[in-house]
Amino acid sequence: MIPLKIRWFACAAALAANTVLAADLRIGMAADITSMDPHAVNITPNNNIGWHVFDALVHVDADARIAPGLAQSWRAVDDTTWEFRLRRNLRFHDGSPVTAEDVLFSLERAEKLPNGQYASFVQRLTEKRAPDPYTLRFKTATPYAMVPYDLNSIFIVSKKAASNASPEDFNSGKAMIGTGPFRFTRFARGDRVELAKNPAYWGGAPVWDRVTFRIIPNDPARIAALLAGDVDAIEAIPTPDLARIRGDKRFRLAQKVSWRTIFFHADQYRDASPFVSDRAGKPLPKNPLRDVNVRLAISKSINRQAIVERVMEKAAIPASNLVSPPVFGHVASIKPEAYDPEGAKQLLARAGYPDGFALTLHAPNNRYVNDDQIAQAVAQMLSRVGIATRVETMPINVYLPKARNGDFSFAMLGWGSFSGDLALRALLAAPDAGKGYGAWNWSRYANAALDKMLDQGFATVDEKKREAMAREAAAVALKDQAVVPLHHQIAIWAMKANINYVARTDEYTFAHHMK
Amino acid sequence: MAGYILQRLGQALAVIFVMSLLVFAGVYAIGDPMAIMIPPEATQADAARLAASLGLDQPLWRQYLVFLQQAASGNLGVSFAFQVPAVTLILERLPATLELAVAATLIALVFGIPLGLLAGLKPRSFVGRAIMAGSILGFSLPTFWVGLLFIMVFSVQLGWLPASGRGATVELLGIPLSFLTLEGLQHMLMPALNLALFKLALVTRLTRAGAREALSLDYVRFARAKGLTEARVIGVHVLRNILIPVVTVVGLEFGSLVAFAVVTETIFAWPGMGKLLIDSINALDRPVIVAYLCVTVLVFVLINLAVDLAYAVLDPRVRLGAQ
Repeated sequence: MIPLKIRWFACAAALAANTVLAADLRIGMAADITSMDPHAVNITPNNNIGWHVFDALVHVDADARIAPGLAQSWRAVDDTTWEFRLRRNLRFHDGSPVTAEDVLFSLERAEKLPNGQYASFVQRLTEKRAPDPYTLRFKTATPYAMVPYDLNSIFIVSKKAASNASPEDFNSGKAMIGTGPFRFTRFARGDRVELAKNPAYWGGAPVWDRVTFRIIPNDPARIAALLAGDVDAIEAIPTPDLARIRGDKRFRLAQKVSWRTIFFHADQYRDASPFVSDRAGKPLPKNPLRDVNVRLAISKSINRQAIVERVMEKAAIPASNLVSPPVFGHVASIKPEAYDPEGAKQLLARAGYPDGFALTLHAPNNRYVNDDQIAQAVAQMLSRVGIATRVETMPINVYLPKARNGDFSFAMLGWGSFSGDLALRALLAAPDAGKGYGAWNWSRYANAALDKMLDQGFATVDEKKREAMAREAAAVALKDQAVVPLHHQIAIWAMKANINYVARTDEYTFAHHMK
Repeated sequence: MAGYILQRLGQALAVIFVMSLLVFAGVYAIGDPMAIMIPPEATQADAARLAASLGLDQPLWRQYLVFLQQAASGNLGVSFAFQVPAVTLILERLPATLELAVAATLIALVFGIPLGLLAGLKPRSFVGRAIMAGSILGFSLPTFWVGLLFIMVFSVQLGWLPASGRGATVELLGIPLSFLTLEGLQHMLMPALNLALFKLALVTRLTRAGAREALSLDYVRFARAKGLTEARVIGVHVLRNILIPVVTVVGLEFGSLVAFAVVTETIFAWPGMGKLLIDSINALDRPVIVAYLCVTVLVFVLINLAVDLAYAVLDPRVRLGAQ
């Protein structure tokens, strides 16, 4: 409880700041923003801008849990019918009212836009209707609990402004009419995005009159821009600079456990895996990575605490799950595998590899925080228990196509998901194009029991029950050591000391949450 | 003359054709752009749909034929990452890079030629030696390090100049330019200087070597014997003769400044073409890579043409096109 007097003072100060000074905020962004069209290129930096200018029916809060957005409520009428109720008196930036027609138009556009990357979030809705201007009814072919989650990804545009609009019409601002906390001002590709306050925002007007997102992907340049006062806040602080910012009174850090988990995939489908051999380099009779004891030995041989403290400079926490602690479906009872090199050696011996074997660990070197250093550290730890590990790292543009192609035996991947069952669906369900399962399951881990639990979970519209099922499914996969979780990254922002940011698990940088 | 220019442009077309073939094969060898492009939530069906709509599900030779067909009608493809025509992307970044490259070249010439002349005329003096020592630094210090040093000193410590970005631009004939405003100039100073450093050292050394050689030649002695003032001997006769190698090198280097200013552009977050190329390679954005290199080849050809024309002006003995 804040004493009333202080609250009054804070309000007065905020009012004074708003009326006397034009409040400008400049934010340094770590990745390029490629398009303003909210239904075109599905990458985080684009969505980040989308969340400022537009809105979705469903929001995600700072803990990555779904929350009401433009829809004030929703419910499953029956197993295959969903009803969403829009907030009343919503208005677009041009003053026109938001109706169910705009929502239907947006869903349609996301599904039909040539080369659009958001269609998958609409395709499971077999029927979309608007019985009245504030109600939407969706039908799915089979019971499907993820409708609110999917609709979190569809930004609602104005039918009037965006009819027949191409991505270029959004880039130029012509069609950039949304309901979000900021109006669009200007997009200079490769340089910046400028926004202005939407005083009529339904969630409360933001404190900033103007916001500029500067695109500064180079780490030292972004830090320098903050230190020099060119920008007021930056995202994605490189770990070597953390100590410096912490020690500087002009700045403060905001941080939160991110949804991004770093883990290793182990080839579980080939008898002869391309990068596994005995210590002399000769092929092994069978693939040791298919043995759960070997995968457990690998997990035990990794000193996660040391990696978190030394390599990540504490910008991570050891992981036991595919999703981080705040996220839906995290199993708190499963603890990170303790560092136990002796136990690992025993497990290897029991599995028939008393002398260990040889392995090449593949990792990207420009994707995840300190990815190449993590790979080196893990390789040394594996070598210590007898798994002679070589490291091969490569840029992500070379790495991903190869990894997707099954060219590796033991490989690093990072994943962010706002629910555990969605992560399982993409990463560990048996690949099944018909159901959209296992699109990223490079290890080809396959467990019919897991798939069945996922099927049931996605058909369970009760969130509590579904979360229990998601946890159960995660426990099954983790018991099998289907992946070797390493750590959850901590997302870190740095800003001037007079700015506060409510740090977010989903790593988005929201100007309207900076005060 | 017109025939000569046509012949050069014909050569450029042939080079562009071969280059596009190489780039197509090269990007294909790196990997499938789909792997970079598909969002994490995408299912197999989404990936297949996206591949089909971008034509990436076709065999490489067919993709190349489609490219050639479109290129013939002036369309170099649509960027995978930006979903706008690749040529649009490049043209909107071109002014920023050109501006930076012109500024850097001007700095190199305006300071490099006088410094080189000074060092050439007085090679054994303290000033001459200091200039040569300084030029070694200009050669050997890595661009990215000098750039970061500039930022740390002039932006972070002293707070005199902005650390990065292009600042406000003013449109001149529809082209956004920085150098017309004070803010724009402030933003441009450090990146331009950073980019100029190497060229400055190069021009200084070339001018010095040229001057030293020319001073010992008969025509200079003759001019002096004729009683011409020292200013006229150096400023007209010597300078004109040593400018030919300087023009050649600066011309060639200007091409590389435009095409590969990537280090400076990255460090100073300057929204130019070099940064676009690196970003596109990282995203396996083939249409942009191909279009970028087509434009670059054209720029190189045009610059070389301009250099050849400049020879003819500087040295009346050069006859273009004549065998």
